[in-house]
Amino acid sequence: MLETLMLSRIQFAANISFHILFPTITIALSWFLVYFKIRFDQTQHPVWMRAYRFWVKIFALTFAIGVVTGITMSFQFGTNWPGFMEKVGNIAGPLLGYEVLTAFFLEASFLGIMLFGIKRVPPKIHTLSTIIVAIGTSLSAFWILALNSWMQTPTGFEMRDGVAFPVDWLDIIFNPSFPYRLSHMLIASGLTAAFLIAGVSAYRLLKGDDKRAPKLTLKISLTVAMLLTPLQAFVGDLHGLNTLEHQPQKIAAMEGVWHTEKSAPLLLFAIVDEEKRTNHFELGLPGIASLILTHDINGEIKGLNEFEGNHPPVAPVFYAFRIMIGIGVLMLLISWLAGIKLWRQKTLSPWLLKAIVAMTFSGWIATLAGWYVTEIGRQPWLVTGVLTVKEAATDIAAGNVAFSLALYLIIYVIVMAAYLHTLFTMAKRAIEIEDFDAEPTAATNTQELHHV
Amino acid sequence: MFEQTTLAVVFVGLMGLSVLLYAILDGYDLGVGMLLPLKNDSECDSMIASIGPFWDANETWLVMAVGLLLIAFPLAHSIVFKALYLPTLLLLISLIMRGIAFDFRVKAPFSHKPTWNLMFKLGSLLAALSQGYMLGMYIMGFEQSVAAVLFSLLSALGVTAAYCLIGAAWLVMKTEHTLQRKAINWTKKSLIGCFIGVVAVSFINPLVNPDVFKTWLSNDNAWLILPLPILCFALFVIGFRKIKQLSELTHDDHCWQPFVITVAIFTLCFSGLAISFFPYIVPGQLTIWQAVAAPEALNFILWGAIIVIPTIIGYTIFSYRVFWGKVTELTYY
Repeated sequence: MLETLMLSRIQFAANISFHILFPTITIALSWFLVYFKIRFDQTQHPVWMRAYRFWVKIFALTFAIGVVTGITMSFQFGTNWPGFMEKVGNIAGPLLGYEVLTAFFLEASFLGIMLFGIKRVPPKIHTLSTIIVAIGTSLSAFWILALNSWMQTPTGFEMRDGVAFPVDWLDIIFNPSFPYRLSHMLIASGLTAAFLIAGVSAYRLLKGDDKRAPKLTLKISLTVAMLLTPLQAFVGDLHGLNTLEHQPQKIAAMEGVWHTEKSAPLLLFAIVDEEKRTNHFELGLPGIASLILTHDINGEIKGLNEFEGNHPPVAPVFYAFRIMIGIGVLMLLISWLAGIKLWRQKTLSPWLLKAIVAMTFSGWIATLAGWYVTEIGRQPWLVTGVLTVKEAATDIAAGNVAFSLALYLIIYVIVMAAYLHTLFTMAKRAIEIEDFDAEPTAATNTQELHHV
Repeated sequence: MFEQTTLAVVFVGLMGLSVLLYAILDGYDLGVGMLLPLKNDSECDSMIASIGPFWDANETWLVMAVGLLLIAFPLAHSIVFKALYLPTLLLLISLIMRGIAFDFRVKAPFSHKPTWNLMFKLGSLLAALSQGYMLGMYIMGFEQSVAAVLFSLLSALGVTAAYCLIGAAWLVMKTEHTLQRKAINWTKKSLIGCFIGVVAVSFINPLVNPDVFKTWLSNDNAWLILPLPILCFALFVIGFRKIKQLSELTHDDHCWQPFVITVAIFTLCFSGLAISFFPYIVPGQLTIWQAVAAPEALNFILWGAIIVIPTIIGYTIFSYRVFWGKVTELTYY
């Protein structure tokens, strides 16, 4: 029988992993919608409205799942991690509070107008509502990443009788890792949405959709991906340097460096052996890890042995980091390959379209892998140097947590299956009908128009 | 900068406001969900269309209320939700099922629509029942006894009836013709259920909680608060009369009355409960002054709240005005 602590950890990881998938899409998808809507307002060309309408439905679906799966979190802080609020609640509380106050209500209220109000408000107000929803989703990322970054690199507080008290809120919000983590996550969201749009658009083209909208959205999303992939590599590098400064043990785990070494290799592959504290079957580029992290091929990287007993489990961090990087490289290659072809030849060969379809959810995998690197990499700390995960755990019965965890997992499987199935059903439906000329006509599939 | 003692009162007030707004707002959309006539697809569409633009923001008041409890009274948050771990789980699962059913019912393959409608209805029902059960356990001070469970089950039914009532009253206001007739009938039935629930809770609460008994009956200032139940009783009587009138009327000018009366009943019942337990945040265990967080944290969030909450209320009103009047078919176009 697993104990309460482990079950609570798995449950929180399951809750937050599942939840993050949906905001990761909506944060950036909302800005794509803003772009489609503004282009429609400017040109009055129906193709922009078609693109908007198709993607706003997917946005609505994704957003709803994000909202309802997120509610669980606000309950779990108290039930499963009471020590968290006891010790750092004075800091975490207001940051969460500002997220609800400034972001949740904003996005939820204007979402109604954005989704269903297009005929009830003037076009300008509708576009404005779309912009406000986008701002709301980004603000929500701002606050939650401020809190997460503070937990990684806490500043601006003092400890009195074992409890953290805020001293300087600007220091707390703009803590050392925050700018990097926020930009890294926002770009990740941009890439996730770009590849989702590209993947579904490519799917429609492959299935014989010869309308303009999917071609247009494919081109736009690939262009965005072409711009964001190198930018993400650059920001990710900065983020890594920042982590090296503040959480060197995380970097050591990511790079699989056990002994402090100069001219450390960049390991492309290795089997991590935590028991013997070494790696097997290493395949690496000599000196490159040192070069990347210290900008000196002979630079020194501190090994895990210097942090013995106080560093994260190495294997998950090491492998997750490689998954993230691997997908990042794939994204870069495919977006540039397909993007250049599309700009030059106006069309893509089926194998390239299939490759893009295969990449539809690549953003999800990379984002999750990245979060596992940073979150597992923070262990054993919950708040670095202030509170360990163990100290924050609850005392409720393990059976209760096991039950709730099982129930969540069942629900998640159902929701995910329904989501994926529905996404492609909607794509197929869009192939068959042209849903917007000027005004919907009686000839169009009426069921399609009954969207609630 | 406010003192800690003042902050405790301010924040319990804000939290109370959020809980009340949640009960009213999500109450009506949960109620509409529970009342869905599964056999009649077009009525399901109209009913869900009436809550479509709002349910998301309505549910945010729950996050707000729970968030305020977490921020301002972290210790109470932990005690309350640890004691209510399983009912909370049921509530969360049902809110998830309901939220996704709302979107899937029209976006999934059409053959699945009846299943998602059922899911929406069941999710709404379970959410209402679990909230009522949690309220009951809260009133009973999380006592683990057969009596407490029975009382909580009664409370679960009462809250469910109350949400049906406000949902039905919402539909009377937002719909027309046959559906409106049906809604009037639902309002009548749930008004009876709700009345029984309110009376039962009002009698049992002071009997099981000596402090509550003292507040209402043996306090020198009791005459100040006694008008509350009397007014509530009067509102029920007016509610019954109005609904009878409405079912005979041919014009639609008074369709908003049941909803407004129900909101007033909700507000009075909530105030009654709040008065019963103040200053306790966990009945019989913890007062707001014992549980309140540090003033540094609360002052920081309060300034934001003072600016933002009126803004939220402002754009909420704007959103209701945009969708004012009888429900029309809800489309993205």
